[in-house]
Amino acid sequence: MKSSLDAYAKITGKEVIDQLYQMASTLRGIKVVHVNSTKEGGGVAEILNRLIPLKKELGIDVSWEVLQGNDEFYKCTKTFHNALQGNRVNASEAMLKTYLEVNAENAENLRTKLEEADVVFIHDPQPAALLKMCPNRRGKWIWRCHIDVSRTYRPVWKYLRPFLVDYDASIFSLAAFAQALPHLQYIIPPSIDPISKKNIDLPEKEIKAIYDQFNLDPGRPMILQVSRYDRFKDPIGVIEAYKLARKFSPLQLVLVGGGATDDPEGALFIEEVRAAAGDDPDIHVLLLPPDAHHTINALQRAADIILQKSTKEGFGLTVTEGMWKGKPVIGGHTGGIRLQVVDHHTGFLVSTPEGAALRIRYLLYHRDKLDEMGIKAKQFVLENFLLTRHLREYLTLMIGLIHGAGERIEIG
Amino acid sequence: MAKSQENNGKPISPFAVKDCALVAIATGKKAQNLRELRDKLSQIHAGSIYYHFWGGMLRLQFDEPEYNNDFSAWAQNGLHDSCLAERWGAIVPSEYDDLEKLRQELIEVIEERLDESEFVPWSKTDKQFHFIRSQIVVYDTHHEIHHFRELAEVFPTLSLGSVFYHFIDAQRRYPVGQDDFRTWLSELGNGYDDLIGQLAEVDPYFASLSELRLRLTNIFTNYNNKRTKK
Repeated sequence: MKSSLDAYAKITGKEVIDQLYQMASTLRGIKVVHVNSTKEGGGVAEILNRLIPLKKELGIDVSWEVLQGNDEFYKCTKTFHNALQGNRVNASEAMLKTYLEVNAENAENLRTKLEEADVVFIHDPQPAALLKMCPNRRGKWIWRCHIDVSRTYRPVWKYLRPFLVDYDASIFSLAAFAQALPHLQYIIPPSIDPISKKNIDLPEKEIKAIYDQFNLDPGRPMILQVSRYDRFKDPIGVIEAYKLARKFSPLQLVLVGGGATDDPEGALFIEEVRAAAGDDPDIHVLLLPPDAHHTINALQRAADIILQKSTKEGFGLTVTEGMWKGKPVIGGHTGGIRLQVVDHHTGFLVSTPEGAALRIRYLLYHRDKLDEMGIKAKQFVLENFLLTRHLREYLTLMIGLIHGAGERIEIG
Repeated sequence: MAKSQENNGKPISPFAVKDCALVAIATGKKAQNLRELRDKLSQIHAGSIYYHFWGGMLRLQFDEPEYNNDFSAWAQNGLHDSCLAERWGAIVPSEYDDLEKLRQELIEVIEERLDESEFVPWSKTDKQFHFIRSQIVVYDTHHEIHHFRELAEVFPTLSLGSVFYHFIDAQRRYPVGQDDFRTWLSELGNGYDDLIGQLAEVDPYFASLSELRLRLTNIFTNYNNKRTKK
C-alpha cells in the first residue's frame, strides 16, 4: 500500500519527505503524547487528526488523548479563551473549581501514560493544569498555544500562568504572541493538509453541484466566510460588508459554521447572525456538521472571494484553506491572518466592514487582479503552510529539546 | 557514479551532503522605536542577528522579499524610514568576520541615523520589531558527491535545508564568506576557477531557496556541458 507520505511527495517534492524520514529516524523509540479538548470541530482537532497519523507513518510512537469535560468546564475554558484574546471577562470561583476538578479527573486517567512519555504536547489552556498533576513526569512537556494572546485580559492570564511556568517549552503561532515565560518559546505557525477531504482537488462536476445543494446562483459572484459562529470571527461585520458591496455588484454571501464540543456559545450566537441576515435570500447562513469537509472544500472552490474578517485570530486555517484553492482572501488586520494575507499580493487586510466592502468591489471589478492574487496565494501556501513544514518544525523542536536546546545541534 | 577525483595524484575527500532544519524561538525582546532597538540590539544573543540576516531564508516568507534582512524590512514597514532601510539593506553580512562585527555595523548605522533625525523614529504597537533566534538541527544525509560532474545531477534532488546549509549557512563558517561548494572545488585544483567564479557571483539574498537551487543547478549543468564540448 502506498503511504500518504508518498502522496505528499507529489505536491511538495520527494526531497521534502526524505528529509522528514531522516529527521524522524533520530527520534525512533521515543513516546509522544498530544492532549487537547476536542476530537472534532475547530482547527486544533483538524491539525491533530492529520498530524498524528503522519508522525506514526514516520515511525514515531505517538498517541492523542482528548480531555473529558462537562458543560461547566467548557464554559470556563471558553471564558479563558475569550479573556486570552482580550475580552474583559472573568471565570467565576465555581468555574475555576470545575476547571481544576476536570483536570484532576483526567490526570487520574492519563497519569501513567503522561508520566512515561518522552514528549508531551498540551494544546491550549483546557488541559494546561495536567502538568502540575503529574509530579513524576520524566519527559519534556510543551504547551502549544493556538490562541492570539497578544493582548490578554491580565487577571485570567495571571491565573493561568502558574500552570504554564513549569513547562519545558511553549509554542506560539506568531512572535507577537510570545509571553514572559521562563522557558523556550518556539514560533511555529499551523498548517493545512493538501490531501485531506477539505483541501484535495475536486472535479468540476462536484464543485458545480454545490450551487444546487444550497440554492446558489452560478451566474452571480459568491463571497464566503467559513468559521465557527464566534463573535471574534465577526460574521455580522461580514454581513454588513456584503450589504455595502451589493449596492454596486450582484452578489451572494455564504456563511458556513459548525459547532465544536468545547464551544458552548456558538448555538446562541448563530441566532444573532441569522437576525442580522434578516430575510435576504442571498445571504445563506449554514450550519454544517464537523465532518462536512467535502462540502466546505467545494464551497471554497466555488467562491470568488474568501473572507475572514476576524477581529482576533490565532492563525486562521480557513484563510490558508481559501488561499490553497487559489482565492484571494479579504481578512481582518489581526493575528495570524497578517502572516498569510500579504496585503495587495495574496489578498487584502481590512479593519472595518466598510474596508471589506471596498475590497470586495475592487476584486469583482478587476477580475484579472483577483486571479493573479489567487495564484500568488496558492503558491504562498505551497511554500509555507503545508503540513509537511509543520511536521518538520515539530521534529526539529523535539530533537532540539531532547539534545539540550542548544543553538546548533549536529546529529548522525 | 563518476569515479572519485584526485588532485595531483592525491585522492580528494568526497563532498558530504548535510541537511538542516530550523525552528524559530522568540527571545521575548522587542523594540518600538529606533533607540530601543539600538539598546536591545547591543545585548541581544548573537544567534538573533544570525536569524534576522540568514535564518529568514529557511522560515516562511513571501517570495518577493523587498529587503535582504529583517532590520531593513522593519525600517521600511515599521518605522517608515526608507533612508535607514536602504543603509541597512546595503550591509553584506558575509563581509563581516563574525556576528559581533556585524552587530557593531548595525549599531553604527543606527547612531548615524539618530544623529540625523529630529525625532526618534517609532512604530505602531502592532509593528514592533520582535527579536527572534533559532535552533538549527544539522545532520548527515550519508550521501556523498565524488566528482564535480555529479553536482548537476544531485542538485535538483537536494532539500532546501541542504541548499541553505551548504550555500548560505556556510558563508558564516570557515572560510568566512565562502559556500561549501567553492571550498570543495578549490581543493580539487586549479581547473575549476571558472566554476568557482560563477558561484561567487550568485547573490543569494533576493531569491527563495527553491529559486537558488534552480539557479545553481543551471550553473552546474551548463558547466558540465561546456567541459564535455571541450
